[in-house]
Amino acid sequence: MSGDVCIVGIGIHPFGRTDGLSGVDQGVFAVRQALADAGVEWPQVQFAYGSSDAAGNPDTMVDRLGLTGMQFINVRNGCAAGGSALFSAQMAIKSGEFELGLAVGFDKHPRGAFNALPSEYNLPDWYGEMGQMVTTQFFAAKIMRYMSMFGISQESLGRVAEKAFRNAVHAPHAWRRQPVALEDILAAPLVSDPYTKYMFCSPAEGGVALILASEKKARELGKPLIRLKAATMRTRPPSSFEVFAPSVDVVADDTRPRGTASRIASADAFRLAGIGPGDIDVAQLQDTEAGAEIMHMAENGFCADGEQEKWLAEGHTEIGGALPVNTDGGCLACGEPIGASGLRQVFENVVQLRGDGAGRQVPNSPKTAYSHVYGAPGVSAVTILER
Amino acid sequence: MRAIATGLFTDEAQPRLIGGKDRETGRIVFPCPSAATYEPVPLSREGSLWSYTVQRYRPKSPPYAGPESFKPWVVAYVELPGEVIVEAPLYGVAFEDVKIGMPVRFAPAPLNPEDADSVFIPAFEPAGDVA
Repeated sequence: MSGDVCIVGIGIHPFGRTDGLSGVDQGVFAVRQALADAGVEWPQVQFAYGSSDAAGNPDTMVDRLGLTGMQFINVRNGCAAGGSALFSAQMAIKSGEFELGLAVGFDKHPRGAFNALPSEYNLPDWYGEMGQMVTTQFFAAKIMRYMSMFGISQESLGRVAEKAFRNAVHAPHAWRRQPVALEDILAAPLVSDPYTKYMFCSPAEGGVALILASEKKARELGKPLIRLKAATMRTRPPSSFEVFAPSVDVVADDTRPRGTASRIASADAFRLAGIGPGDIDVAQLQDTEAGAEIMHMAENGFCADGEQEKWLAEGHTEIGGALPVNTDGGCLACGEPIGASGLRQVFENVVQLRGDGAGRQVPNSPKTAYSHVYGAPGVSAVTILER
Repeated sequence: MRAIATGLFTDEAQPRLIGGKDRETGRIVFPCPSAATYEPVPLSREGSLWSYTVQRYRPKSPPYAGPESFKPWVVAYVELPGEVIVEAPLYGVAFEDVKIGMPVRFAPAPLNPEDADSVFIPAFEPAGDVA
């Protein structure tokens, strides 16, 4: 295939809690919206990759959308599920096999923290019995060490959460759309130190669909060309610190941050796109907790470790700043339906590149957009879009 | 003392965690995998706090098997020098006194302190003057 894979249609079912609608229902809603946006009919869609962690098999949606006999592959890959679906869809077009396809993700999680079982992560039962099968423990311990190494304050964690809720006011698909004052965020009850309840995202519900096309097909459809310049999914390097790790390697020099799947996925995405972090106009970075956004700013190459303190104080990551981050409020304001979350980031980036962000639109017509997810047990997915 | 699982720590007066040493690379992990490529080795009792958080809410059951009457605890990552960093509760210290780098020592503790028959889990306590 010559040219780039393009995103020609986007759809979303609002995130949050929607009683009475299953995860698949929300996925189907998003697909119909994306088809309308692209101006194509379901029978034209040649293939789909669908991701869902807890809401059933995505391919069951052909029942609703039409039994056309199309190829439909289900993807489960932790928090990288959506990114993996998108990567796979992209490759199906790049290979020349297909020219029009779908990446769809949805989920519907029970209320409260994720309830993982040790056996799902190849861990012994005692690890869960003694209360360590809890994702928030890892995320809190990771930022605790990072804060101590690089002088990040709890106030900076609060600024990230404050920005998320402020941005979400203008994002119709977001869940928590009321601004929360910085002092209220900092004074709220601690969940896992140093994080207060406003600094963690919650499991949620939602659906996102993206219609992908070859560049030739995209031109035929007459859509503005939003090019998928890179989509990478990577796993962890040695000695990384991950969710659900009963032990972590000791290393010779522990004064620097350790390698992560995110660093690998990011570096490879920039290499594929042929641009660098300084060329990105808007970024959606995994922010399942406020500190994740801070650490991921550095892990994705946007700033040096420790610089985030200044960046946040000076508003560099605000919508009008040098690098707007999480313009729809990210996971903190949208919640995290695992299968849909990574695709939501890409949805938001397409909105921004089209200039359709209204109250949350990044000024000066952004041309490049970046998305990043991270999850257990050390997986990451990155995309870079250009228009 | 009945451990929550076999092979986690030694049955000595002063128990030690049992790690698994990769017979080829020398890398140590915890717990010791059952594969024959790992040799069980007792680990150092003394270490320092690498990072931590406080578990402020009761984890969901299952899998959590601790007491219904929940009390927050320090979730510690402890560096055993030259060996491995292990995850376990840190007891016997006020939350505000917990500091990265503080010396700690291995001290298995009951999962349910109110139950005389409780299983014991790997845990640490402050070492040095405060202990």
